[in-house]
Amino acid sequence: MNQYQVPTAEKKLIGSHILVAILALALGSFFGPLQAFEHAGWDFYVYLKPLFKSYYQGLTVHGVLNALVWTTFFIMGFLTFNVVFGLKRPLKNMLLAKVGFWMMVVGVVAAAIPILANEATVLFTFYPPLKANWAFYVGLTLVVVGSWVEGWGMFMTYTAWRKENKDERTPFIAFASLVTALLWQICTLGVAVEILTMLLPWSLGLIDGVDPLLARTYFWFTGHPLVYFWLLPAYISWYAMLPKQAGGGKMFSDSLARLSFWMFLVLSTPIGFHHQYVDPGIPPIWKFLHSMLTFGVFFPSMMTAFTVVASLEYGARKNGGKGALAWIGKLNWNDPSVASQLLAGILFFFGGIGGLTNASYNVNLVLHNTAFIPGHFHLTVATAVTLSFIGISYWLVPYLTGRKLWQPKWATIQAWVWFVGMIIFSNSMHVLGLLGAPRRVPLNLAPYVPEEWNSRLFQVGLGGAILFISGTIYLVVMYMTVTNKQRVEKEVEVPIAESMQDPAATPAWLDRWAPWVYGSIALIVVMYGPMLFELIKNISLTSPGFRVW
Amino acid sequence: MSAQKIHVDSYERNWMIISFVLLVVFALAVSVAAFGLGIQVPAPEQRVDPRTVATDPNSPWSNPGLREVSAGVYDAYILARAVPNWEYLPKEITIPVGSKVTFYVTSPDVQHGFKIQDTNANFMVLPGQVSKLTITFSKAGTYNFICTEFCGSGHGVMYGAVIVK
Ligand code: HEM
Ligand SMILES: [Cu+2]
Repeated sequence: MNQYQVPTAEKKLIGSHILVAILALALGSFFGPLQAFEHAGWDFYVYLKPLFKSYYQGLTVHGVLNALVWTTFFIMGFLTFNVVFGLKRPLKNMLLAKVGFWMMVVGVVAAAIPILANEATVLFTFYPPLKANWAFYVGLTLVVVGSWVEGWGMFMTYTAWRKENKDERTPFIAFASLVTALLWQICTLGVAVEILTMLLPWSLGLIDGVDPLLARTYFWFTGHPLVYFWLLPAYISWYAMLPKQAGGGKMFSDSLARLSFWMFLVLSTPIGFHHQYVDPGIPPIWKFLHSMLTFGVFFPSMMTAFTVVASLEYGARKNGGKGALAWIGKLNWNDPSVASQLLAGILFFFGGIGGLTNASYNVNLVLHNTAFIPGHFHLTVATAVTLSFIGISYWLVPYLTGRKLWQPKWATIQAWVWFVGMIIFSNSMHVLGLLGAPRRVPLNLAPYVPEEWNSRLFQVGLGGAILFISGTIYLVVMYMTVTNKQRVEKEVEVPIAESMQDPAATPAWLDRWAPWVYGSIALIVVMYGPMLFELIKNISLTSPGFRVW
Repeated sequence: MSAQKIHVDSYERNWMIISFVLLVVFALAVSVAAFGLGIQVPAPEQRVDPRTVATDPNSPWSNPGLREVSAGVYDAYILARAVPNWEYLPKEITIPVGSKVTFYVTSPDVQHGFKIQDTNANFMVLPGQVSKLTITFSKAGTYNFICTEFCGSGHGVMYGAVIVK
């Protein structure tokens, strides 16, 4: 085996990302079960009082650390790895990457201080006029800008590679990672503008008020593509790594895989109003148009489902798998990385159905801000994405550190326990939502909870307890791995599923950036331009800030 | 080498066609519900100044409550507020069975939600904006309306009720 050797400096940089990510997940996820217990009526916050003042302070930590820090750090690390390993070339500018990384770290610390001081209990959506300490907004800005800087570093590396390899197709994992990084650059403009033009000056006392509707509109400009920023790295692994790990499979269709990434780039931003279906102040026609395009962005996900399953099936049949579904048993379930990602994929199927339901314009009326929503995104970001990243870490951490994965059997158990806990947790949250339970409420304390919710609230707690066990196993496995005395004999093989077609047969237009980038921008201008123009023209900075937590 | 067309496997082509048709069917179903059945979502109603909306005597929310427009038809002006005590004003409205009520809800402070249990009414309440929705109550009962957006530490106790007699 002679695979491309990633230089030590790059390995260190990537490893630092993964380290910060896992620390964030550890603290962030600690609050998840506590919240679930609170629903069930088991109150642990009394014991945390000296450190954490309330359910909501904890929920802010949970949302920010899990949804923003764990994901962003893991993703930037993984994308950097894919670009370097895929292009078989070191980063063009290591300093830039380091600057970006440290900006993100400083940003996390800057945001963490007010959160821990209970000066920023605004949840991870920080909707004004809830007003956090300015350091919180500065911190978020630094995280975003740091991730941009890292993205620029990846693009420079690509440009340098392109100069050396004029006619080659960009290797798939690098290609898909660059598209993901680009999507992030475009879509984060929303929160950047929100923070820099309104929230930051307001928190510093330079302006008296904000416009809450405009703030929400900026936020969701970023907020929806954010979920694709989370999801696409998991897709990269499912497309181009998992088939290899699961049984020597190959990637079924290189061209269609690329096409679906372009479709994600073009379609995932101009649909943000589907988070604002029930906001006043936005004409229904815009909501309707965004809802139609939302169905459009399901298309590349359906393509992904086909290619991934076909690639897995190809490998399984080669290994003697038979039957319509029995071949699934032939996949390499003993490999914890495979088990995690397959289980993540299975739950994602249900998450996708729930997502279609939410997206359906008027069905959303019934579900908006109910417990159905956290039920849904714990299948998607907290499982499809998180459990996949966990699966990736099961090979990536030994690869980066040269230390053997500690007790792979326990790692596999961890994935199954997560799967079981999440089914119980998420199912009961979905049902509660359909019964009318709101989100962001410690439900056991709410005065309007009818008797019939109680059995479900108990199941939320039960699921949370099982998830707590799984999370603990993960942290133990990771800790024991990075301190493992046993080293891998030779460098861990990076799983790469080759394409069944010759990538050179992939049409050149799928490897050209300009048309897709202009296309995305044009579509955003069409779908957002008129309404944003209207909102900005009528801006009324009349809402003063409140600290009501 | 320099193919311009994508090679598509026949199974995959079929799958893509099925996906496409499925999504078009969903989109049509939603469109029919939106335009055909008239199930609608909130629209721009009016802007208000959140600093004065609860106190200005010309503002209906300085005196929130139910107004009878004609027999069985009501306007309900509701103020959702976190300060000082996480509540809706008025906390309760009582109407006869079969009444048609148009809700006008706004907030003088932070964002709130407004969801009437067991109905289709569920929308955001933003300072500076008025959320409007009309709904007919054809069955007797107590319908709680609850806050569905985080509005501070009392968010979980913020609710009220429509009592239909
Ligand atoms: C360890 C297992 C976990 C459990 C038991 C858990 C449980 C919960 C519960 C009960 C809520 C609060 C619902 C509410 O009050 O509305 C919640 C919210 C949330 N969770 Fe988790 N969670 C877990 C892991 C995760 C992970 C891994 C992620 C993301 C990567 C995540 C992301 C979120 C987000 C974004 C929210 C919403 C916060 C908000 O409404 O502001 N959770 N979780
Ligand atoms: Cu409220």
